[in-house]
Amino acid sequence: MTIQHHLDDATLLAYTTGNLPEAFSLIVASHVSLCDTCRSAAESMDAVGGALLEDVEVAPMGAQSLPRMMELLEDTPAGPLQRYSKGVLPAPLQDYVGGDIDSIRWRPVGMGVKQAILPTSKDASARLLFIPAGAAMPDHSHGGTEMTLVLQGAFRDDEGLFARGDIEITDENVTHTPIADISEDCICLAVTDAPLQFKGWLPKVVQRIVRI
Amino acid sequence: MDVNELQKIFDPNGRVWRIWFMLAFNEEIPSAPVPAPPRAVVFHNGFPNEASRRKAVTSEQKDRTDIWVESLSRVRDTRDRAAFAELFEHFAPRIKGFLMKSGADATTAEECAQDVMARVWQKAEQFDPSRASVATWVFTIARNRRIDMLRRSKRPEPEDLPWGPEPEPDQADVIALQQDSQRLAAALLDLPQAQRDLIEKAYFGDLSQSEIADITGLPLGTIKSRIRLALDRLRHAMK
Repeated sequence: MTIQHHLDDATLLAYTTGNLPEAFSLIVASHVSLCDTCRSAAESMDAVGGALLEDVEVAPMGAQSLPRMMELLEDTPAGPLQRYSKGVLPAPLQDYVGGDIDSIRWRPVGMGVKQAILPTSKDASARLLFIPAGAAMPDHSHGGTEMTLVLQGAFRDDEGLFARGDIEITDENVTHTPIADISEDCICLAVTDAPLQFKGWLPKVVQRIVRI
Repeated sequence: MDVNELQKIFDPNGRVWRIWFMLAFNEEIPSAPVPAPPRAVVFHNGFPNEASRRKAVTSEQKDRTDIWVESLSRVRDTRDRAAFAELFEHFAPRIKGFLMKSGADATTAEECAQDVMARVWQKAEQFDPSRASVATWVFTIARNRRIDMLRRSKRPEPEDLPWGPEPEPDQADVIALQQDSQRLAAALLDLPQAQRDLIEKAYFGDLSQSEIADITGLPLGTIKSRIRLALDRLRHAMK
């Protein structure tokens, strides 16, 4: 299946240059793992970095730097790269979960929805969401930017249908009600730089308790 | 504090003001087809040697590209120390320069550059000349070390492609990639100064777009559209 919803240039550039909070880097790395289009876009941005490195003003190394380095070189090559996943979670997410979906420690948040908060730096938060087939997430808008990556199943909202590998980027102006596709339970990675704001008082109380 | 004082602090030479002026010119340019970049006279007056210096670097770069792939292959295949020394002498001072531009002091930048080169030695087997130039590969290692060592934060990496670098990658792919890299380098040099400036700030400045906005005083929307235009131009040049 082809991925329909991709990352934007600003996010990819911030990822390339190392200027994203950890949680956002995690969702970018996860999407890029699943999406050849964005992988190639990210590699092109790396290439810009390479070209800039060639042209940067040089800063001479200390005279002893190379000889000392030559003494320390060890003949233990790192070997070829072999970090890829055949499971539901791409490799970068498996690093955080400690395995594939069977290893996720879900916490119920009501109405059959479950979540697992991932340990990232505090400037943004990442969590896995489980939405039962056909169920809706509570109506919510965002205090900041939210990105949602579908890992299993699909969901639909005003913006369209999002299936495995698709990423949705929303900002504070969007109120949306994603509904999981009826075919399968939906698992997503959701990243925010601010807590979600739910409409209605009951979800707000729940939000305080479950840290959604 | 009034506007003039702020300008003195952030823009002592009036450079940002000139960039702003450039931006006003370029805003009208359609992204495709890209016409010859309008060079504002003020830049050529201000930096008379810039264009000629850069042209010289480009033709030199052309001849060097092959050498680095060759050197790195020798490191990979025979742990060739002389080849590694060549790579070190070329790239270590550039990595150090890049890190110092990102705000590291000379000692930290040198340590970090050594560390990056140690990884080049160690990871030579992971280099795929059909997917990246040596400079690009070194840049990614340096970028990651900068985040680890200088920012003490994490940047999760995408998973690897199920097929790794082939022992003997298709020479046609390798040459095509090298030609792409050269075209990209040339296209970067041809960017209007205002666009190149923001691209450099994004790559070297260790700054998000909103931080760039704070420093340059440019509206965030202008920075976004400027960077987008620059990327469009690069893409167009690569078609």
